[in-house]
Amino acid sequence: MLVSMQGLTVALPSGADRSLAVDKVSFEIDANEIVCIVGESGSGKSVTAHAIMGLLPRGVTATGGSILFDGVDILRQPPEALRKMRGCDMAMIFQDPMAALNPVVTIGRQIAEQICAHRAISQGRALKQAAELLGRMGLPAALLKSFPHQLSGGQRQRVMIAMALSLSPRLLIADEPTTALDVTTQAQILKLLKEIQAERQMSVLLITHDFGVVADMADRVVVMRHGAVVESGTTNAVLGAPSHAYTQALIAAVPKGEAILPPLPSTDPLISVTNLSKRFRRGGFFSHAPTIAAVDGVSLTLSRGETLGIVGESGSGKSTLARCVIRLLDPEEGEILFDGADIAHMRSGALRPLRRRIQMVFQDPFSSLNPRQTIGDILIAGPRAYGEDIKDARARAAEILRMVGLTSESLRRFPHEFSGGQRQRIGLARALMLKPDVLIADEPVSALDVTVQAQVLRLLDDVRAQMNLAMLFITHDMRVAAQVCHRVMVMRHGRVVETGPTRDVFAVPTDAYTRQLLAAIPGRLTATQ
Amino acid sequence: MSRLHFIAMRLVKTALVVFAVVLLSFLLIRLAPGDAATVMAGQSGYADEAFMKSLRAEYGLDKPLPAQLATYLGTVARGDLGTSYVRRQPVLDIILERLPNTLLLDAFALVVAIAGGVWLGAAAARRPGSAGDASVTVLSMLFYAVPQFWLGMMAVLVFSVWLAWLPPFGIETMGADYTGLARAGDIAKHMVLPGMTLALYYLASYARLTRTAMIEVADQDFVKTARAKGIRESQVARRHILRNALIPLVTFAGLQASILVGGSVLVENVFSWPGIGTLAYEAVTARDNPLLLGIFIVTAVLVSLFNLVTDIAYSIADPRVEMGR
Amino acid sequence: MKKFAAVFLGRPMALVGLAVFAAIVATALAAPLLFARGPFTIVGMPLLPPGAPGLLAGSDVLGRDMLVGLAYGARISLLVGITSTLGAVGIGVLLGAVAGYYGGVTDDLLMRVTEFFQIIPSFVLLMVLVAFLQPSLNSTVIGIALISWPQVARVVRGEFLSLRGREFVQAARTLGMRDAAIIFTQILPNALPPIMVVSSMMVGSAILTESALSFLGLGDPNLLSWGSMIGGSRSAMWVAWWTTVLPGLSIMVTVLALNFIGDGLNDALNPRRGR
Repeated sequence: MLVSMQGLTVALPSGADRSLAVDKVSFEIDANEIVCIVGESGSGKSVTAHAIMGLLPRGVTATGGSILFDGVDILRQPPEALRKMRGCDMAMIFQDPMAALNPVVTIGRQIAEQICAHRAISQGRALKQAAELLGRMGLPAALLKSFPHQLSGGQRQRVMIAMALSLSPRLLIADEPTTALDVTTQAQILKLLKEIQAERQMSVLLITHDFGVVADMADRVVVMRHGAVVESGTTNAVLGAPSHAYTQALIAAVPKGEAILPPLPSTDPLISVTNLSKRFRRGGFFSHAPTIAAVDGVSLTLSRGETLGIVGESGSGKSTLARCVIRLLDPEEGEILFDGADIAHMRSGALRPLRRRIQMVFQDPFSSLNPRQTIGDILIAGPRAYGEDIKDARARAAEILRMVGLTSESLRRFPHEFSGGQRQRIGLARALMLKPDVLIADEPVSALDVTVQAQVLRLLDDVRAQMNLAMLFITHDMRVAAQVCHRVMVMRHGRVVETGPTRDVFAVPTDAYTRQLLAAIPGRLTATQ
Repeated sequence: MSRLHFIAMRLVKTALVVFAVVLLSFLLIRLAPGDAATVMAGQSGYADEAFMKSLRAEYGLDKPLPAQLATYLGTVARGDLGTSYVRRQPVLDIILERLPNTLLLDAFALVVAIAGGVWLGAAAARRPGSAGDASVTVLSMLFYAVPQFWLGMMAVLVFSVWLAWLPPFGIETMGADYTGLARAGDIAKHMVLPGMTLALYYLASYARLTRTAMIEVADQDFVKTARAKGIRESQVARRHILRNALIPLVTFAGLQASILVGGSVLVENVFSWPGIGTLAYEAVTARDNPLLLGIFIVTAVLVSLFNLVTDIAYSIADPRVEMGR
Repeated sequence: MKKFAAVFLGRPMALVGLAVFAAIVATALAAPLLFARGPFTIVGMPLLPPGAPGLLAGSDVLGRDMLVGLAYGARISLLVGITSTLGAVGIGVLLGAVAGYYGGVTDDLLMRVTEFFQIIPSFVLLMVLVAFLQPSLNSTVIGIALISWPQVARVVRGEFLSLRGREFVQAARTLGMRDAAIIFTQILPNALPPIMVVSSMMVGSAILTESALSFLGLGDPNLLSWGSMIGGSRSAMWVAWWTTVLPGLSIMVTVLALNFIGDGLNDALNPRRGR
């Protein structure tokens, strides 16, 4: 038994939305095994991990229980003893590798710093060891002299792992290590972690919100909710036969990556985009930076009643494409035929009446609603901008709120009084107020918890069917695309890589990149078994 | 973008600023109420018709505006900032004579302000919410609200009049004729009061800025990583927190320089320190406009150069700076 | 709104600042009623200490009532502080909003201009401006407004730039709202907090600048302000400390009160900024 946590209770400072972050949590980690703690936001999984390292933030204190690491109680150790253990016996890597590395110190010195803090060796020798570590992570030794901002996300996370492993700790804690990374990079990092664990026979505690990751990685899993352990056991047992209702809901909410919707019979397209291009130039007026083609010669069609998914990683151009179609950005080249008219380069005067028929649902529930306006004002802003009567608009607002699952009483309240999922519903309601023909959903569920995600996706699909909308669905998550899209279009570096009915693309992907994306879906192998 | 290119771009920018300053001076003379010649002659007592006529000819005041601008730019470029008719000397000479005194005082104040401010701010940030932290905040607020010239006068009252510890006026003891080390010591003694008065306002700024920066940096993820690596807390504070917190301070130093000059005007006045500040005051009282404008141009040039230095220092301190801009 | 008031009024320093500032405003407004004779009237022997009969604050070099001078000085300080700030904020918000919202060349231009004002020594520029325009109340207000607006513009531009990218502003555009409506109903209300904080601090610094100008003799020669009182007392300072100390303390207390208010506003409007 390497780690034995008994009844850990962690209190939050007064003023937080609840009093305990962690409530009498107990579990164990054996040597040479991977344990996953899975839960949604606010479950206390991250705080638990920080408590093991003795890294609880100011104001957050452990008030009860014990954490035995190799027989030594972490909670009762003096700070200096804990410091000696950190980085040496146990190490931790965090979610956002850009924020987790000191921006003004070179990679080499940051790795060497850790080695020198625990071993009495010279800086030069430590740097040599750092170079070896980087090599084992598949990174060139030249990176020793680089700064964090010069590396990619995946490279930075490998550096973090290299640092964490530098003194061969017996326990590695990884707090959502892949959440901030692209899907393909995610798969690589997880594979790397698994290899290292097997090679060094160390214990890994992996914090995640994604049950797919659990299926791929974990020997045992602990499910947490609102600070307490809901269920725990071996991965096979918990995934195969979850006993607690919450676990069941959590597993059920994860999109399986199986294409559900059959393709629609082809009809005349409502929107037809041909050869669209949008370029950006970094820097201001006097910059010499090269232009980046964010969208490069993209064509697509969209018919009434169908959902076209645009899938890609960050930098693929999917969001830029969406913003060009809705004319939040002006494309350089190409045409966008909407109901016969080319809106790609239309002046705002002529564009206005057509504009209202294409609406958008945004990604971030916390910044897509004006915090200083009531829901009522937010909803009637669109109709009012087109000269509609206030009373009529308010009446329709109440009706549409009901359609998205909220009461008309919400009209008088402010955004901060609602949860993330509710705010996305309000965002959808706002888009529907103008009775659009086309709905563009830009990563509408990416910022939501898994259980809420499933509900909002269902809602979007229902609304599309009910109002016979044409929907453009932007996402980075293939599993989500499989759930709601009839057809799917894969983008990479601004270009279309593959397009076709979802079922076909998922079953027999023709392009190597699509295959890569599909292979990177966590838990896919286990799910289809 | 190499560092050399970056420096070259900044030099161009500095040159543009200097040009804009000169242009501004030109416009100010032209836009001031009254005819330009009167403005430039000021109340020098030479205002008879013949003199005005020669003035007009010299500055080409009867020619069209663009020609006048060209003439003016030409003279400034040659280093000729005009003549002070009150003192009957070229403006540049008058300024250069007094400049070293101001530079000495301002440098002293800047060093004290930065060193003291950073030290206090860092100390306060180490224990936020403590009595020490609160007292640093309160003291900072007090020094923000105090008029510098009044603070100087109070300092004279307390330290020169009542306690008689330090001399109240001037840069050195009149008629004492010290040389070498003794002279340096005498000047240093005279510099304490005006220097400290000047420094205190900026010390308060630096203390507050350092404190805020350190508290914000301390919350960042990479500090957590440093602790997770098991590094000694003192090293975390130095190499991770302070090092990153210092970055905004470098830019701040550049901005402070221009405010420092203004403060210098007031403080020098109170202590009769023979620098550019008192010169500016004398120019204003005597309506010696060429001298006043000359001071404006010279101080603007100096501050732009100082900003150039801090910009370069900033690019060294923060490797994330994109060299292209 | 209620939350804002609760936080602001919950901070003792902000309350003290508000109370003190209100008292000073009251004094300034009441001065002509209480002291109808005006501050220039000679009431007795020069340099009488505070506590002398009928002279709560003593008399100055010319034998004028210090208390009356202090009360009338408050009028000047507040008048200059508030009007110059209003002017600076007016110009700054306008230019900053346009630059921040439309970006591009307008923004580049504004950034160059504000950088220019940041680099050049503004107090010396102010001296030049006031000297050339001839010292008066108007030139003081105009001068201070002219050197202060870049700071407001920078803050406003920053806020508009960041708010413009926020999704609710993008949503407003897709809903068909016109630019003016977006600027006034969506962005500006959210940009107000930092504008308010900057404004309250600016009144304080405007008062300090005005006092510095009148100390140097560049203020309105027909008006008595705290700065000119200090300037006029230089010869007498050694023997009559109250002629210098009292006006200086008045300035300090006023500016301190304004800074407390500004800090309170900052805390109330930026709740995430943990001490």
